[in-house]
Amino acid sequence: MPAVTETIDAVQSVTHSTYKYGFETDIDMDFAPKGLNEDIVRFISAKKGEPEWLLEWRLKAFALWKTMQEPRWAAVKFPPIDYQDAYYYAAPKKKDGPKSLDEVDPELLRTYEKLGIPLKEQAILAGVEGAGESPAEGRMPVAVDAVFDSVSVATTFKDRLEKEGIIFCSISEAVRNHPELVRQYLGSVVPQGDNFYAALNSAVFTDGSFVYIPKGVRCPMELSTYFRINAKSTGQFERTLIIADAGAHVSYLEGCTAPMRDENQLHAAVVELIALDDATIKYSTVQNWYPGDENGKGGIYNFVTKRGACRGARSKISWTQVETGSAITWKYPSCILQGDDSVGEFYSVAITNNWQQADTGTKMFHIGKNTRSTIISKGISAGQGQNTYRGLVKISPKATNARNFTQCDSLLIGDKCGAHTVPYIENRCMTAKVEHEATTSRIAEDQLFYCRQRGLSEEDAVGLIVNGFCREVLKELPMEFAVEAQKLLQISLEGSVG
Amino acid sequence: MLKIEGLTAEVEGKEILKGIDLEVPTGEIHAIMGPNGSGKSTLSYVLSGREGYEITGGSATFNGQDLLAMEPEERAAAGLFLAFQYPVELPGVGNANFLRTALNAIRRGKGESELDAMQFLKLARERMKALSMPEDMLKRGVNVGFSGGEKKRNEVLQMALLNPSLAILDETDSGLDIDALKIVAEGVNAMRGPNFSSLVITHYQRLLDYIVPDRVHVLMNGRIVQSGGPELAKQLEASGYNSVQAA
Repeated sequence: MPAVTETIDAVQSVTHSTYKYGFETDIDMDFAPKGLNEDIVRFISAKKGEPEWLLEWRLKAFALWKTMQEPRWAAVKFPPIDYQDAYYYAAPKKKDGPKSLDEVDPELLRTYEKLGIPLKEQAILAGVEGAGESPAEGRMPVAVDAVFDSVSVATTFKDRLEKEGIIFCSISEAVRNHPELVRQYLGSVVPQGDNFYAALNSAVFTDGSFVYIPKGVRCPMELSTYFRINAKSTGQFERTLIIADAGAHVSYLEGCTAPMRDENQLHAAVVELIALDDATIKYSTVQNWYPGDENGKGGIYNFVTKRGACRGARSKISWTQVETGSAITWKYPSCILQGDDSVGEFYSVAITNNWQQADTGTKMFHIGKNTRSTIISKGISAGQGQNTYRGLVKISPKATNARNFTQCDSLLIGDKCGAHTVPYIENRCMTAKVEHEATTSRIAEDQLFYCRQRGLSEEDAVGLIVNGFCREVLKELPMEFAVEAQKLLQISLEGSVG
Repeated sequence: MLKIEGLTAEVEGKEILKGIDLEVPTGEIHAIMGPNGSGKSTLSYVLSGREGYEITGGSATFNGQDLLAMEPEERAAAGLFLAFQYPVELPGVGNANFLRTALNAIRRGKGESELDAMQFLKLARERMKALSMPEDMLKRGVNVGFSGGEKKRNEVLQMALLNPSLAILDETDSGLDIDALKIVAEGVNAMRGPNFSSLVITHYQRLLDYIVPDRVHVLMNGRIVQSGGPELAKQLEASGYNSVQAA
C-alpha cells in the first residue's frame, strides 16, 4: 500500500503541485538549457528561491565536481556518461507519455497486475498522460483518498507530527522554514567533495525529504513519502537529511515496490542521517527502478551516497535495503560510529537478473569505544546478472572493544551470472573483534523438484527458496513493506529458471 | 488406478527402464522390490516428472490422465505424492509456511478453497498428534538440521496433510530405526482405504512387515521379473535376489 500511495503522491505532486511551492522568483522558464555550468547551478538555486549561503554551498560543490573523476573501482561496466548532454532542471511534467495503457509495454503491465495494482494506478505508474489528474474511483485504499481528496486527513498526520515537534517536509521547505537546522547539518555527513556523484548532487539537487525529531520524541508513525504532505516527487538528484536529536527515535521508509519508468537514466541521490545521544534511526529502502529489458537495453543507473553518523553515545543507525531494480546499482549505505557504545547495522538483499549489475555493500567506521556493527548481505544473481558485495570495516585505534560481525551470502540461479564478495577489513585496535562469514550457493535442481512435487509452480518454488534465503534481512523490514518485498523478489526473478 | 505399459526411459543416454508393465488398482498397496541399480528410484522419478529422465517409449496413466504429459506440480495436484528417499533441505523456509503453501497449491489445483493460517495450523496439529510428532517441527526450516528419521517423518506428515490418492514411497525405510519405521508405516496404514493406493519401493522386506502389501513386484535390470502376494517378499528375504534371476 505505501508503494502505491507514495507513487500517486509523487505523480500527484508532479501534475498538480508543480507551481504551488517554491517558485517565488520571477523566472518563468520551466527548464534550464542542456548542460552543466555555474549558470545552471545559479538558475536552480534562484528557481528555488534559496538563500545566498546555499547558493555558495552549491557553487563550491560544483567547483569540486569539476576537478573530480567518476569512480571506476566498482565492478560495473557502462558507457561514458556525457554530463553536458543532460537537463539539470526541468519542470517534471512529461511531454510525450503514452496516451493510454494500450501503448504501455505489456511486460510492465503484467508485473503491475502481479503486484495487484488497480488499473487506474497502473496508468499513473506507467506515466500515461493525464492519468494522475483526477482522483481514482472505487478500489483505492482509504489512505490514498486522503492524499487525493481529503485535506483534513492529510492535515491530521501533519498536526500529529507537529504536536510532537517533528519536522517532516521537503528539503526546499526546510531551507525556507528551518534554515538553521539545514545549514548546521547539510553536508556534515556527506561533504560536497565526498565523491563524484555526491558532488554532482550537492551542486544540482532539486528536492528530497527533511526530517527532524526533537529531543526524547519517539516518532509515532513510520515516516515515508506516503505521509510527505506537500513534498515533491523524488527527483533525479534527491537529497535527504534526517536528524534524530538526543533520545529520539524514527523509522523512515523510502521507495516503491512498483517498477517506475523514469526518463532520467542517471540517479545520484544523497542521504545523510545524524543520530545524537541515545537516538535511533531506522532507514528502510525498497528500490525497484526500471532495470532495463531482458537484452540489457535501458534502465536506471542508481549511483547513490547514503551515510549515517552516530554522533552521540549509545546512538544507533540501521540500514535495511531491498535492491531489485536499476540497470546498475552503486550504493554503500554506511555508518560512522563516533559515539561510544553506538551501533551500526546493514541488512541488504540485492538481486540482479538479466543484465543488471550491482556493486553494493556498506562501510562501518568504528571510532568510539565499544561500538558494534552487524552486516548481513544477501546477493542473488540470475540471468547474466553480476552481483558484488563490497564492504569496509574500519576500526580506529581508539575504538576499544569494537565488535563487527559480517555475513555475506550469495545465491546463484543459472550458470551465466556472477557473485563476488570483496570485504575490506582495517583493524588498528588490539581489543577489537571482527568476524566475517561468506557462503555461495546455487538453487539446486533437487530443491526445485521437491517443491514442484509438492504442488508449487516453478516460479512459486523459486520465490519460496529465495525468500527463505533472504529471511534474515526481510524480517528487518516494517511489516507491510516486508510483504510487498517478498512478492517483489519473486517477480524480479521471473523467467530466471528453466 | 495407476497403469504403466511398456515404459522405457534413459538417463544420460543409458537405458534404465526397459519396458515396465504395472497396474495398481485404486485401494491397493503394491511393493516394488529390487537390488541396487535395478531402476527403482528412476521409476519413482519418471512417474513424478523429475527432469533429466528421457521417456523413450510406453505410457503411464493415473485415473485415465496421461501422467507423462503433465508438469510435476500438475501431477501433484492430480493426487500423486512422492516421499523422497533423500528429503531436500530448504534453508530459511519455515516448515509450516512450506506445508501450507504446498497444501494450498494442491487445493487450488483441485478447485478447493485455500486454508488460512489458523485453519492450517489446526489441521497440522491434528495430523502431527496422530503421528506423535513434536509441534516444534512446524517452526523449523524445511528439513534443515533434521535427523534422518525426522526427515522421513516430515515426509509422512506432508503426505498426511496433502492427502494424496497415490503415494510413492521411495526407500522411505532406508536409514530408519525401528521406532521411526513404525511411525512411517502407521502413517501409510492410516491412509489406507478405497480411494488411496500406494507404491512402496524398498530394498528390504522389513518395511513390509508393517505395511502389508496387496501385491509384490520384483524389479531387476529395468523390468518387472516376478509378481506375487506378500509371501513373495518373505521368500526374497530368505533366498535373495539371485534366486529370482535364476528363475
